Amino acid sequence: MDMNFILAGVGGQGTILASKLLAQAAMAKGLRVRTAETIGMAQRGGCVVSHVRIGENVHSPMVPKHSAGLIIGFEPAEAVRCLPFLKKGGVVVVCSKAIRPVTSSLGDSSYEAAAMISFLETNSGKLIVIDGDKICSDCGSPKVLNVALLGAAFASGDLGLSIDEIGAAIRERVSAAYIEMNQKALAAGARAAEAQASGNGRNFL
Amino acid sequence: MLYGQSESIFVLREGIVMQKFLMGNEAIAWGAIHAGVNLVCGYPGTPSTEILETVAKNNDGSIYVEWSVNEKAALEVAAGASYAGARTLVTMKQVGLNVASDPLMSLAYVGINGGMVVVTADDPGPISSQTEQDTRHFAQFAKIPVFDPSSPEEAYAMMADAFALSEKYGIPVFLRPTTRICHGCASMEIADRKTPHKIEGFEKDPKWTIFPGLSYQNHKQIEARTPVIGSEFSSYPFNHISCGDHPEKVTKGIAAGGVSYEYTRETLGRSDASGTRVKVMKIATPHPFPEKLALEFLDGLTEVMVIEELDPVIERELLILCGKFHLTVTIRGKLTGDVQNAGENSVESVQTVLHKYLGLPAPDRDEELPKLPVRPPVLCAGCPHRASFYAVKQAMKGRKAVFSGDIGCYTLGNAKPLDMVDTCLCMGAGITIAQGLGHVEPDVKHFAFIGDSTFFASGITGVVNAVYNQADITIIILDNSTTAMTGHQPHPGTGKTMMGNISDKISIPAILEAIGVKDVPAINPMNLAIATEAVEKAAAAKGVSAIIFKYPCIAVTKPLPAFKINRDDCTGCKICISELGCPAISMNDMKAYIDPSLCYGCSICAQVCPCKAIKGGR
Repeated sequence: MDMNFILAGVGGQGTILASKLLAQAAMAKGLRVRTAETIGMAQRGGCVVSHVRIGENVHSPMVPKHSAGLIIGFEPAEAVRCLPFLKKGGVVVVCSKAIRPVTSSLGDSSYEAAAMISFLETNSGKLIVIDGDKICSDCGSPKVLNVALLGAAFASGDLGLSIDEIGAAIRERVSAAYIEMNQKALAAGARAAEAQASGNGRNFL
Repeated sequence: MLYGQSESIFVLREGIVMQKFLMGNEAIAWGAIHAGVNLVCGYPGTPSTEILETVAKNNDGSIYVEWSVNEKAALEVAAGASYAGARTLVTMKQVGLNVASDPLMSLAYVGINGGMVVVTADDPGPISSQTEQDTRHFAQFAKIPVFDPSSPEEAYAMMADAFALSEKYGIPVFLRPTTRICHGCASMEIADRKTPHKIEGFEKDPKWTIFPGLSYQNHKQIEARTPVIGSEFSSYPFNHISCGDHPEKVTKGIAAGGVSYEYTRETLGRSDASGTRVKVMKIATPHPFPEKLALEFLDGLTEVMVIEELDPVIERELLILCGKFHLTVTIRGKLTGDVQNAGENSVESVQTVLHKYLGLPAPDRDEELPKLPVRPPVLCAGCPHRASFYAVKQAMKGRKAVFSGDIGCYTLGNAKPLDMVDTCLCMGAGITIAQGLGHVEPDVKHFAFIGDSTFFASGITGVVNAVYNQADITIIILDNSTTAMTGHQPHPGTGKTMMGNISDKISIPAILEAIGVKDVPAINPMNLAIATEAVEKAAAAKGVSAIIFKYPCIAVTKPLPAFKINRDDCTGCKICISELGCPAISMNDMKAYIDPSLCYGCSICAQVCPCKAIKGGR
């Protein structure tokens, strides 16, 4: 069974490393993987979309529209932007915090995270919202959002990879000093998603 | 000598292999390393940059690797090494090939000894380029064979084939990946060792000196060999035809190349296309065109849809064949308006074309999305270019001035609120465009902005031209001590080389002085008052004046302590936002707010705040 994932965020959020961790974990299981990124001209502040494709019958480097079983949104509006990739009934895992572009500070475009999240809720099979800021501050670094989201994606049950397999990929690809912090974030992300599934996690919205 | 026959390929296919997850550019680099490449040159340019970097990172010391000052220099260095029998790789992006075209056109006539592969990465879209030019056309123009991989795996395997072909015919060979091949990653099998290539050494021979008489003789040989290579390509395994059951009943065909072939496969492999009867030809070597294979493909067909990106290269070749052999096959594609003639293909665009062509239901339409924020690329928080642009803008307030920009991160100075790039054409053009503007508009002040790496690549000749021809311009050198846009490659001003050596840093002020530009100050742009004063002084000078704004890129330095807004002092006037457009500053509850995770402590917002509400640093 082929699997397609989309990771959508803003430059600097660690989207690409997260896609590499998924690829690493899938390869370690002997699966074929393709990934591709669409990145704007800027390293920071632009949209970044990572496409991860796992399976034998995968040709295009990018996920075709209506084909992703799971979208991991690092930012609510970026998750919405990628919704055309989601297949019917697909799952969205999203971090609740909006990142306003500089154009919005200049008054050109503003938006509300809550409106984005409610749009995601109506247009996905299942939505998991996590408070990435809280997990990051608990873990001691804003850089672990990507791994926390992978933890939540695992807990959604639609990743096709176990938490140990992701953990092993972290040990392989992350420098030694940050492994423990990332493992903590992975577990925290999974717990946050599980808490929400059992109905305890939506209060912060 | 092609794929499947040469010894090195045999090692790849039958020998010990490793599983690797590689980016296309890394795969190309490994393909070159395993083919025994001896020398690698290039100039950074998206999407090609990681190829050379990967070779340098995995160099066992036996390969000479350099970032050359520009693509012309890179190609010439490689040509010299190839004359001596070395296997050489030259890397660049498509517009870099324009810079290298002078030596390349002649090299196609002179030829080489050791195999030479010129990897030129095309950028359909374009995603980060000035043009959507097609290197397959360049290959036809220069009469040089071109390999066009459809996947990272194929790009890896093609490198050995390209070297073998180059040596068999004594000519340089192109490998033309596109952005999706360069930057796509795939799990793949690669060899675990290289096949060393022995360098024979340079032998003096009149053939290495191009002269009109020799060129005439060589031109005849080029025309003679082109169809021979085309016929060899007809049996190249990466060129192929596929057809389902009862091929004799199939009347519709699809011809595709590059990543568009994979989009075609993806489309035909989906359940909504199952049972479709269509013959598919993949073209991996668009020039010389594999005529024999294409004739076999056209046999029995009434109609062909050509799926390719950029120019209609395969489409035109098929049209030529139909004319040449009086075939009544309708060739459709870009020239008939069936396929978009600009921009990048995608699975969806290909699916839309093919479903219509094959009489399948139109693909699902996208749902309407709510209004989404636009995220245009902006200069980073703390970027020294913001301060430099702002200082020039302040100094020229109320005066008529034109700001000619150049290629690099600082092209982003065009965005509001800075709005400081009035022209941008190609590498190094800012300095010369400013001169042209100045000759016809002498009453306007003309500025040219250029980065340090671009200055070395192609800015120096423009300065010589300006001084010699007595232009009246002010040149602003934005020296951030790196090649920032493409991911921080060293250049002659940094003194670091790709062989890990430290050479003497080449001084930009000394170059300017030698050319005759007097009193060039090196200014820290982060002090806006001093920077603005320096611009006023330089702008007042007659003739060619210059300033070097020197401050390192945030990506190569540690951030300083973040600045903070004192909410009691902030009046919410938004001047910090509307003057600078720094991505770290936004409005929060009617007051300005600095995101501490983005702030690099550059201090320029504190310098422009009229209320002195921004404090911080040390």
